[in-house]
Amino acid sequence: MNRRILLAATLATTAGFAGTASAQTALSMWYHGAGGEVEGAIIRQIVDDFNASQSDYVVSLESFPQESYNDSIVAAALAGNLPDIVDVDGPVMPNWAWAGYLRPLDIDESLIENFLPGTKGYWNGELYSVGLWDAAVALYARQSTLEALGLRTPTLEEPWTKEEFMAALDAAKESGDFEYPLDLGMAWTGEWYPYAFSPFLQSFGGDIVDRETYQTAEGVLNGDAALEFGEWWQSLFADGYAPGTSQDPADRDAGFIDGKYAFSWNGNWAAVNTIEGGVDDVVFLPAPDFGNGSVIGAASWQFGVSAASEHPEGAAAFIEFALQDKYLAAFTDGIGLIPSTPTAAEMTETYKEGGPLNVFFALSEEQALVRPVTPGYVVAAKVFEKALADIANGADVADTLDAAADEINADIERNGGYGHQ
Amino acid sequence: MTSKLTTSNRAGWGFALPGFALIATFIVLPFIFAFWLSLTNQRLISPNPTEFVGLDNYRSLLSIDVLSIEPERDAAGALVRDDDGALSYPAVRGFTRNNPDYPQYAGMREWFRWHWGDTAKVVIATDVIFWKALANTLTFVLVVAPVQGALALGLALLINQRLRGINFYRAVYFMPVVVSIVVVSLLWRFIYDGEDGLLNNLLSALTFGAFTGMDWLGNPDTALGSIMAMSIWQAVGFHMVIWLSGLQTISPTLYEASAIEGASKWQTFRYVTWPGLRNTAVLVVIVITMQAFALFAQIDVMTNGGPLDSTQTVVFQAVERGYGKQDISGGSTISVILFVLVLTISLIQRWLAREKT
Repeated sequence: MNRRILLAATLATTAGFAGTASAQTALSMWYHGAGGEVEGAIIRQIVDDFNASQSDYVVSLESFPQESYNDSIVAAALAGNLPDIVDVDGPVMPNWAWAGYLRPLDIDESLIENFLPGTKGYWNGELYSVGLWDAAVALYARQSTLEALGLRTPTLEEPWTKEEFMAALDAAKESGDFEYPLDLGMAWTGEWYPYAFSPFLQSFGGDIVDRETYQTAEGVLNGDAALEFGEWWQSLFADGYAPGTSQDPADRDAGFIDGKYAFSWNGNWAAVNTIEGGVDDVVFLPAPDFGNGSVIGAASWQFGVSAASEHPEGAAAFIEFALQDKYLAAFTDGIGLIPSTPTAAEMTETYKEGGPLNVFFALSEEQALVRPVTPGYVVAAKVFEKALADIANGADVADTLDAAADEINADIERNGGYGHQ
Repeated sequence: MTSKLTTSNRAGWGFALPGFALIATFIVLPFIFAFWLSLTNQRLISPNPTEFVGLDNYRSLLSIDVLSIEPERDAAGALVRDDDGALSYPAVRGFTRNNPDYPQYAGMREWFRWHWGDTAKVVIATDVIFWKALANTLTFVLVVAPVQGALALGLALLINQRLRGINFYRAVYFMPVVVSIVVVSLLWRFIYDGEDGLLNNLLSALTFGAFTGMDWLGNPDTALGSIMAMSIWQAVGFHMVIWLSGLQTISPTLYEASAIEGASKWQTFRYVTWPGLRNTAVLVVIVITMQAFALFAQIDVMTNGGPLDSTQTVVFQAVERGYGKQDISGGSTISVILFVLVLTISLIQRWLAREKT
């Protein structure tokens, strides 16, 4: 733990006891997790601890349901009453930073040296947000299924190739034991599509936009690698490997546990439920390597300071305070997220060395690639989601990817290049 | 020229004022804003200044053209046919993407095509999704308005009787109206579920297993129809009540007179009930039409416009663009077009239903 903070905290506490005559500055904070009991308790604990630890600032917390959180921030920004401390989804951060909602985060960067790369929100060379946790996706399978089908267990060093992956799906299909070999989670519309599926495209060698310049999607979203990805993606549904866009959400949640699916492409947040649901031999396999390495998505919710804040130093102090390992571990133990530091991981039951979910920490460290870091991502993600749904439903691959690339390019142009230099 | 409206009618204007103020603030003013925004490149959030772009938004939304494509010929000039004898045509993207010979078609996409002899006539548009949404919305209105109106009238005639417990039936038919449309949509998603939904189970039981299940919302051919059926069911009770109020304004003496004259049931309906419902009919049809044009919640909850754009609608696209894709000017443009469309249709309906003297 950083001694400077502890010292500052101790001093602040002593000062607080010595004399509370000086007025405290009120800071407001918005959080996306309303309704989550455990999550709410942890974040309130951090706020209470911070308020008790010093006498300069009092943070007050307001929680919003996740579905309406982004809309609330946009509305607040337009109305001119953003809170001091905001919580922002990693891939959305550049959009808000570009729009002038966020200010660069002025914290001691040595504090986040050991943080997982996906938890640090950089845009245009400056740090804007930091996450107390990350999320990772893996291919869920039962050890018993792998053995029954005679499949090699893939490892981080040697993941399945595309051929091995498709052979595994074929074996599961031929066994006749499953409704579908693979569950991709098509029922989860929204950010799940770009988060979970764009890494497949990246592993094929394509991407949503060209990360060199962020000025075009031409050639990356509709190039040869992308076409190959698109054909493969369509075959998953056309050949009956995976349920399509009309998948029942209940099947998404329980289908793997009930044995309807042999493999499930799912996030670390579902791991505890799967184990508790009775799948005690579940293994979390790394993403297949489609030619350009195994890739999974990175970046979850993070904290930043709003541009409207009159006391950014207080807001930054709160964020520094929240970055303590014990809070990272609390979120992990409470709701199963991946702690941002190895030291915090060691403090948890599930992610410590040898723990059942430790593999996710390794996945996050080795394979994670953040979604395109550009303000235009918000629109590109929507376009990408629709293209993937259409291809899954049988639309022409080349036409669909062309149209998606055109729409993303038109949007970039209408926004004057989104401020990339 | 003075009329009743302007002379010594302070009380009347006083009563109307709050209503006028609310309509001006929440309907007229936002519409003027929408019209103005549709002529700019306004974004939901952006540090860039808003620019006036004239009719660009309308142009990119409405541009549509017909492209004639000749079938491919081999070196000898004979038509190339595949194994089934079908002609093969060059891909549309060859004309619309990076082709300097056809600059007027740049960025356009195929909407649908038909064949004129050997030539394929392909309708291409800059914004295919908008056209699909427009076509779906019009189909929805054309089906829902008459069917829902007629069903509601049928129900109203059924419950317009003096029977014991008739209020129970009135309440049952009206119930779906008071349940939130979002909840109704979620429930119908379960009913339409492709694997073990209620509808599939029911049909399978009724046909002794001959019916093997249908992915109602996941199939482009059935998705819009499924949403129509559910929407008709949900709002039919509301219009039933309006019809019922109309039925109860018809004087019983007319029915007595027709009974004395020996009119049959059909004659009574044709010459007594239906003429008495004239104004109600106009109201019901206009209200259903306007509600049908505003189709949004069902789409948002059940299909998100898919599969393959088979359930895109105009209002859903307006919201999707304005908030989802942060393109307020695009959303506003769609809203203005929708306004003009609904206004035109309502005026035509008024004109068709006018009192002929």
